[in-house]
Amino acid sequence: MNFDPRYSGRNFSSVGTRPIRPDGVDKVTGRARYGADFNMAGQLVGRVLRSPHAHALIRKIDTSKAEKLAGVKAVITAKDLPDLTNGDAGMYDILDNCMARTKALYDGHAVAAVAAIDARTARQALKLIEIDYEVLAHVTDVDEAMQHHAPLINDAIFTEGLEEKPVKPSNVTKRSQFGHGDVHQGFGAADFIVERSFKTEQTHQGYIEPHACVASVNLDGTAELWVCTQGHFVYRQHCAQLLGLEASKLRVTSSEIGGGFGGKTHVWAEPVALALSRKAGRPVKLVMTRDEVFRASGPTSATSIDVKIGARKDGTITAAEATLRYSAGPYAGSWAEIGAMTAFACYRLDNVKTVGFEVLVNRPKTAAYRAPSAPMAAFAVESAVDELAKEIGIDPVEFRIKNAAQEGTRSSYGPVYGPIGIGPTLEAVKAHPHMKAPLKQNQGRGMACGFWFNFGGQTCVDLNIGMDGSVSLAVGTVDVGGSRASLSLVAAEELGIDYAQLKAVVADTSSLGYNDMTDGSRGTFSSSMATISAARNAIKILRDRAAQMWDIPVDDVVWEQGHAVAKGDKYGNLGKLSLRDIAAKSGTTGGPIAGHSELVADGAGVSFATHICDVEVDPETGATRVIRYTVVQDAGKAVHPTYVEGQYQGGAAQGIGWALNEEYIYGKDGRLQNAGFLDYRIPVCSDLPMIDTQILEIPNPNHPYGVRGVGETSIVPPLAAIANAVSNAAGVRMTHIPMSPPRILAAIEAERG
Amino acid sequence: MRYIRPLSIEDAVGQLARAVGPAAILAGGSDLLVRMKGGFVEPELIVDIKGIAGLSEIRETAEGFSIGAAVPCAVLGENAALKKAWPGVVEAAKLIGSKQVQGRCTITGNLCNASPAADSVPALVAAGAKAVVVGPSGTRTVAVEIVPTGPGKTSLAKGEIIEAILLGKRAAHSGDAYLRFIPRTEMDIAVVSAGVNLTLDEQGVVKAARVALGAAAPTVLLVEEAAEALIGRKLDEAALERLARICSGACRPIDDKRGTIEFRRKVAGVLARRAATTAYARAGGK
Repeated sequence: MNFDPRYSGRNFSSVGTRPIRPDGVDKVTGRARYGADFNMAGQLVGRVLRSPHAHALIRKIDTSKAEKLAGVKAVITAKDLPDLTNGDAGMYDILDNCMARTKALYDGHAVAAVAAIDARTARQALKLIEIDYEVLAHVTDVDEAMQHHAPLINDAIFTEGLEEKPVKPSNVTKRSQFGHGDVHQGFGAADFIVERSFKTEQTHQGYIEPHACVASVNLDGTAELWVCTQGHFVYRQHCAQLLGLEASKLRVTSSEIGGGFGGKTHVWAEPVALALSRKAGRPVKLVMTRDEVFRASGPTSATSIDVKIGARKDGTITAAEATLRYSAGPYAGSWAEIGAMTAFACYRLDNVKTVGFEVLVNRPKTAAYRAPSAPMAAFAVESAVDELAKEIGIDPVEFRIKNAAQEGTRSSYGPVYGPIGIGPTLEAVKAHPHMKAPLKQNQGRGMACGFWFNFGGQTCVDLNIGMDGSVSLAVGTVDVGGSRASLSLVAAEELGIDYAQLKAVVADTSSLGYNDMTDGSRGTFSSSMATISAARNAIKILRDRAAQMWDIPVDDVVWEQGHAVAKGDKYGNLGKLSLRDIAAKSGTTGGPIAGHSELVADGAGVSFATHICDVEVDPETGATRVIRYTVVQDAGKAVHPTYVEGQYQGGAAQGIGWALNEEYIYGKDGRLQNAGFLDYRIPVCSDLPMIDTQILEIPNPNHPYGVRGVGETSIVPPLAAIANAVSNAAGVRMTHIPMSPPRILAAIEAERG
Repeated sequence: MRYIRPLSIEDAVGQLARAVGPAAILAGGSDLLVRMKGGFVEPELIVDIKGIAGLSEIRETAEGFSIGAAVPCAVLGENAALKKAWPGVVEAAKLIGSKQVQGRCTITGNLCNASPAADSVPALVAAGAKAVVVGPSGTRTVAVEIVPTGPGKTSLAKGEIIEAILLGKRAAHSGDAYLRFIPRTEMDIAVVSAGVNLTLDEQGVVKAARVALGAAAPTVLLVEEAAEALIGRKLDEAALERLARICSGACRPIDDKRGTIEFRRKVAGVLARRAATTAYARAGGK
């Protein structure tokens, strides 16, 4: 690390302001280029044939008729993507998911693909591909898949993490455990114990832009990929490995992105498009339909969770325990493990134990979805916490304040916390006017807390100063939520120049060093750290050039508010030099001026939020309307407060959809019944109230400006906050997400008897 | 695929009657184009009826209203006389899809798409609407409820086109209403729905009634028993309870991705009751 990343407590002039985003005009005028907006000369249309079966052996694929159809330029199957993964099980799973090798593992699993001169020909060609399937018994429910008689999805999987090595294969890929203390003893000391089981259904990120790419493989072993992704460097690594290309010869350019939320951190269609292009010898555009996005790109896990929490009469939690089962699709994942880590992260607990089980099912491969795995665990835990507060007879906010984790608390997943925001968000909620607003008949209020780790990771940034004094910033983290604006503010702050003097772009993989993808709420945290470092490196050069222009020692030149200043009385008659002055002379003082930075951004600060929600439930139909919603979250430092608020609101909006209506519905045949936005019901605009936000700033000690990640935590509390609100409004505890009208009405009727 | 835009109904009928492969009629296209895009239908011939004179007009006649087959639902909402006479039909038409879709979709298309969940159909059935069917062997006028025969199926013969939907002239003290249940606030398909049309006497006693339920059976249900439960009574609590019970009992719904049998039964009664209350108030009942 070439600079000091510690929080400095400085005052800001650019950071914290709200200028318009550099990509804004393109987006509102329709000029922004998304995945499907790019075209190449001679480009073909790629289409994928998908399994109609939830689980089936592929006995034979006959592509001969499709190959003979006029206009078809390539037909591929798994044979055209030979296994080059060299024993890397994770990469093999990615390969098998991109194109089924011996078995179709879910409805929608790719089994073949074509490239043709137009979409109509490609569609016709798909119909001419003959596949001989042997349909196998399937399982789509997480609890059923754990039963010993359940159809086995992969007979080479033996549960990891058990004390005794299992002798039989299982759909449970891994058991993981976290915690400390003695829960048995803790429950013994409790005056009240709440024990409940919860279920959450599978949801999709629901990004509006479907996966899309254009792939072009040349005869000389070089290739280009234009793609909508959250991480083009990672896509490059994966595609290069799967296709047998050298990473540096595959140039990947990320398009603008119409939403990702974790779902665009995994390759789905890109290796297929490259394989088609390689075989056809022409560029291939592959755009997934909405149906394909639902059936074959990764949704989040469905879960089944048991929670037990005990407390003394005075409101002190004595023990907390949870068993969490998460579906992973047909391939191993670490989703339950993350759920088990996050479940009780908000609380200061002497005795805590969580156990996670990863479960294979015949559904699409689970992908990350905004704070992956945390919302479901929070739903179960925060529902039980609310119920326990009620049993004890203590206010739910006070109960949480009493048990909230603090600086120095050993977290339920291991590490000891530094300065954290759970207590302050709860205090802010307690004082918020929303908590005191009156409620009408059939209305209920709920609140809940949430936690997310946040990540840092590998990051590289280039800062180039033009001879006119304007500054271009090339970053490698894809801008999913306004980070180009935020990073420009950071560069402006460091250089002491105006925001308008800067332009930030996302560079392609051949123009910048490796960057991890935009996930884990790392985009602004890590790239701002690298931007600060790059700007400081540029300032060193600016000072050096000023010293040359003045012909004085560089140690006598300081950088102040965008200017080189000669320090000391002896230079009293030297006027300060602006960045523009120095840039204008750069051609004769040593050439271009640039700052570069490559680093691993360590020390991402954990993040906490508390949400308040009011709902109205129609007791005759079970319909729920969210009438008021407030998000309080710690941002560390809000670099661009408007986009921080946007992240808070976006997470809440997605959480509301998940809590109330979104779910994957499978038929008895194991096929997805609602692969479209008509029947997979994300909220429409009129379903949501204006979501109020309150930004708290508890600085992250490991970032020069105190920045923490902000993108994901906001989806953690909503399921629980809404469940608590609905339960209060309907007078019955809701334990199954989504709380769709039929589920709420059935619960109300059951309660009435 | 061949697209034609005939200028007369006779020409359109002739082209459809002579069509060899699958043929489709295009008005707003809000069902057809979606189905084509999804690969569910691949018509050889598309007959666009928007060029046919008179089909894009709402006419007020001595008998009531004639709504041309190509009139977009949004236009229904802009016709003050129609809105005043048949507010339930208009509110149903204005629930289809989204604002943008309403600018294209038609009630005739909604009827011919033959979905049991079609929003305008229960309201039209409750209103006693008729369809003017033009075909190779002439013109016939039929009750709208006999057009759909099951999901995606109609009683229309090859070459037949619905030219217009007819709504009768309103008797004094009449009112109609339509309600549907969707989990969202808009842009959704009815999980279950109810249309109620009432005419009262001077004292507010129900003289005539029609009650229709949507998404409760393979076709929209006209529930005569429910109407009888209202006729001869004021709309008191007992009458409403009975209406709800009869409607719940009349449902023959399915369990599917949009709702359960139990839910549809229960909510059919709730909606019928609420729609009846609104229709009664619109008819001037107190």
